[in-house]
Amino acid sequence: MNEYKGQALSWSLASGIVEVALHRAPCNEIGTVALSDLEKFAQSLDELEKQAHALILYSELKCGFCAGADLRELYEKSQAMEKGAAGAGVRDFLERIHAVLNRIDRSPLTTIAAVHGVVFGGGFELALVCDLILADKLARFCFPELRLGLIPGFGGIPRLKRDLGNAVVRDLLLTGRSFNATKAQQIGLVSQVVSEGEALRAARATAIQIGKFDRKTSATAKQFIKPIPHEELKREIEIFCDLFSRPAVVAGLKKFVESTDAQPYLP
Amino acid sequence: MPTAEKTLDEILDLAAAHFKVPREKLSPDEDFFKALGIDSLQTLDLLTKLENHFHVELPDYELQGVSDFRTLAGKIQSRL
Repeated sequence: MNEYKGQALSWSLASGIVEVALHRAPCNEIGTVALSDLEKFAQSLDELEKQAHALILYSELKCGFCAGADLRELYEKSQAMEKGAAGAGVRDFLERIHAVLNRIDRSPLTTIAAVHGVVFGGGFELALVCDLILADKLARFCFPELRLGLIPGFGGIPRLKRDLGNAVVRDLLLTGRSFNATKAQQIGLVSQVVSEGEALRAARATAIQIGKFDRKTSATAKQFIKPIPHEELKREIEIFCDLFSRPAVVAGLKKFVESTDAQPYLP
Repeated sequence: MPTAEKTLDEILDLAAAHFKVPREKLSPDEDFFKALGIDSLQTLDLLTKLENHFHVELPDYELQGVSDFRTLAGKIQSRL
């Protein structure tokens, strides 16, 4: 399927570049609808990869790239289920999203996240799957999960550890503070910082440049320099599910969902 | 290092320009959420704008409970 328009995302292929646009309001939260579209995309990758050399992931929404997991849906579903069933539901969701993200991670295409605005939690984890992150200067990154009594669950810690020094990972994770694109570039996470509204243009220019290289060589180089931390990713699911079973998490989710605070990400 | 008053002026200028609010309608002790009519996501935009302008890092937990321009200026001034 070279073209698709879903509820949460759409994709198209032109001139060897696959563009995946996120467009589910309010800010591309990843719940069951987004997961379903992401799974469709992952299933289409085999075909797309035969015709493309690069993939760009971006958001059409003004608010930003992605605000992360759909915490409202997570809370409401967990409240509607027995405790055991809620835990099983969370595990199933995590295993499915990990399968999708691992598939994108190991794609032979050179993958680029063109981000702006909010790049939080699961949105940050989605960007981390990509080979390159190009950021608008107003992009802001954060792993707020500890504020809810959780750790990032979509592969965030193993992939951050793959890319950054452990001290930086500890800072971002244990403080839960957000940081801007300039800082993200300083620590080695973002490859290019561009003016407001220019991330997608810069990503397209980069994708065109990548198209000048031999595809097999690019794919081989990527496989060599970007191993997927499978064991740590599996461990992450176990830790997340273990933490999710605690009452403090439900209380944290409830507080977040019901918050009318101007800064709901702060505890 | 700029004076605290200059920092405050620059914050007011920057906030007025970014959120398209007349500069004369903003005062130092005003609640900036109300004055600018911004939500949580726009607050992050303001934070990033300020960090980029002043070349500082402002951990968001330090800004918790800060809602007026003058206190915000103090937080920035302490990192210049």
